[in-house]
Amino acid sequence: MKKINVNINGIDVVVPEGTTILNAAKKVHIDIPTLCYHPDQKIKGSCRVCIVEVEGQSTFSAACCTPVRNGMRIKTNTKKVREARKTILELILADHNCDCLTCIRNGNCELQILCEEHNIDTISFDKVVKLLPINDKNPAIVRDESKCIKCGRCVEVCNEVQGIGAIYNINRSCEMKIGTAYDKELKNVKCTYCGQCINVCPVGAIYEKSNIDEVWQALEDDNKHVVVQMAPAVRVSLGEKFGMQPGSIVTGKIVSFLRKIGFDKVFDTNFTADLTIIEEGNELLHRINNNGKLPMITSCSPGWIRFIEYFYPELLDHLSTCKSPQQMFGALAKTYYAEKFNINPENIVVVSIMPCTAKKAEALREEMSDSGYQDIDVVLTTRELARLIKQSRIRIEELKEEDFDSPFGITTGAAAIFGATGGVMEAALRTVYEEVTGEELKNIDFKNLRGINGFKEGTVKVGEIDVKVAVVNGLKNARMILEMIKQGKADYHFIEVMCCPGGCIGGGGQPRGTNDIKKKRIEAIYKVDIQSAIRKSHDNPVIKTLYKEFLTKPLGYKSHKLLHTHYKDRSDI
Amino acid sequence: MAAKNVKEGEVAMNMDKRIIKIIEKIGKTSDKLIEILLEVQKQSDENYITEKELKIISKELRIPLSKVYGVASFYSMLSTKKRGKYVVQICNSAPCYVKNSKEVAKFFEAALGIKMGEITEDGLFSLEFTSCIGACDLAPAVKINEEIYGNLDRDKIYKIIDSLRKEEK
Repeated sequence: MKKINVNINGIDVVVPEGTTILNAAKKVHIDIPTLCYHPDQKIKGSCRVCIVEVEGQSTFSAACCTPVRNGMRIKTNTKKVREARKTILELILADHNCDCLTCIRNGNCELQILCEEHNIDTISFDKVVKLLPINDKNPAIVRDESKCIKCGRCVEVCNEVQGIGAIYNINRSCEMKIGTAYDKELKNVKCTYCGQCINVCPVGAIYEKSNIDEVWQALEDDNKHVVVQMAPAVRVSLGEKFGMQPGSIVTGKIVSFLRKIGFDKVFDTNFTADLTIIEEGNELLHRINNNGKLPMITSCSPGWIRFIEYFYPELLDHLSTCKSPQQMFGALAKTYYAEKFNINPENIVVVSIMPCTAKKAEALREEMSDSGYQDIDVVLTTRELARLIKQSRIRIEELKEEDFDSPFGITTGAAAIFGATGGVMEAALRTVYEEVTGEELKNIDFKNLRGINGFKEGTVKVGEIDVKVAVVNGLKNARMILEMIKQGKADYHFIEVMCCPGGCIGGGGQPRGTNDIKKKRIEAIYKVDIQSAIRKSHDNPVIKTLYKEFLTKPLGYKSHKLLHTHYKDRSDI
Repeated sequence: MAAKNVKEGEVAMNMDKRIIKIIEKIGKTSDKLIEILLEVQKQSDENYITEKELKIISKELRIPLSKVYGVASFYSMLSTKKRGKYVVQICNSAPCYVKNSKEVAKFFEAALGIKMGEITEDGLFSLEFTSCIGACDLAPAVKINEEIYGNLDRDKIYKIIDSLRKEEK
């Protein structure tokens, strides 16, 4: 490739043709501010914060979207540039609701940081921001248009990554805004509540609906028995919110914290992930042996469930009938656990800590009350857990690591990897293989199913059959595989679909992170697996006890009543 | 009651068919969106594209509804809100603006008895601003459906409205 010589702030740099000024500057450690730019997204060039001076040019160039030319002399830090950037920021602020002290992004807002860095001490322009009502009439996501800076990151993720298009650019010029068709509430459009828009928003324009107060209230109510479950992806990402390196594993510290603030029992969603594997593995074998609907598709990701209900209702019978681990946990907590420990299920409050915003909506699905009560009472995202910790003023870094409570605290490495794309498939194969062949699976690491790629496939010889499997993450890839099924081109037995890119570690309720950070979280997830004493779900002794004492057998009567569910055609919305 | 439902069903079916026919004529690919929107609007007496029509277009072209709506709301030639049989579009880009397009708007408002963005009671006229219509040499100018009217003053505006009203009688 052709090399280009440029000079930035007096420093010569050689870069390949096509490199942007922004990336050329990065190479020599020159930091240019950005706002609409996101490392995992297309270049937008809409905010203009990254403008620089180019010698011989009368106007500025936006560094993020201008490729370097040979001999270009660039200046990134002149009086002219600084003043222009300041004006740009002030123009953005004129149309921004600057109530920073009461904003959800206080302290981690990209616009706030830029204003600090640029010494913004006044806004010279008339404020034109409209203080519109906040949109929060759905179970998971809140939109505050008065904060929106129209960078377009949410539109890109919703349309290009997830392939949904619940939101788009509406109107033109100063009337332009991000919104739904006809300004409908999110609950009245095909929004899956995946929350990927939240993860890319630089400001406080879109965020999860907070349920923190409900948790504090339950904890202070002496009549309530409050239990909590934590999903596999939370433990490898929360640390980032407290200055730890991406990929830090903080399981024991979270357990310790949750116990300290008064949860009666601290349990692990990994337990019901193991249970999911037993039920789903048996369901797969049942389908294979009885000419059932194939390929069977996983059902633990609620954003994905909504997606297929909205866009491909004709394929709903491909979905496993297994509830997600979160919901299996709720159903068992208010039945088996309540009976075993003689607690009135009416007084049990089940709190989930999830990497996910769609889980908030899943918990409220009307069919998710097979225990006789709403199975899951409150769902917090990983980000909300971080807020809860800050609010408590407990320093999580200083806490000793503790273990989960029994019985739902004994889990396997197979369950841990649910948090990464390919994990559910790998966990299921570990169990299905041994169940079918009766032999021990020697090499249990299915490495070709791991990693952040959107589409992965493989074949595993299980006894007589070559089991063909596929793994997709991100809803655009899910759409692709559903189209393949429709055209009869997907001769797989089993497909894992995760709604969010990278799987749950990249969920819409996670600390905001780029693909590089997601890779670190995935590494951590597999570290948890390899460090586990037990690495196959069917070897979990408590799962065995659960079947012996309560469920009797996989796919049995009680399983069907409590652990399996049905889906709904929602294409009419 | 049942008969009414059947009839409503038929009307809906006919609309589906009409829109699908337009799409098939122009081409069932996403790059044809604007042409399709223009043609669907052209066939409307109220100069706009209804939500139901947008939904059919979205489904047929496999473009999310938000995006179809986004495109329809972007161009001033297209509308997602009901308009008059005659859509009076007052240019307020720079040349018309300096030639007092605001005043022109006021004259139209007075002559029609409605405000900008509204429709006359008989459904004949609606008023809106538009960006440049390429008639800067005639500023201040307006576009009424396919016609351009320029060098406007109060008298001219009343005359235009009168003659259009007469055409309708």
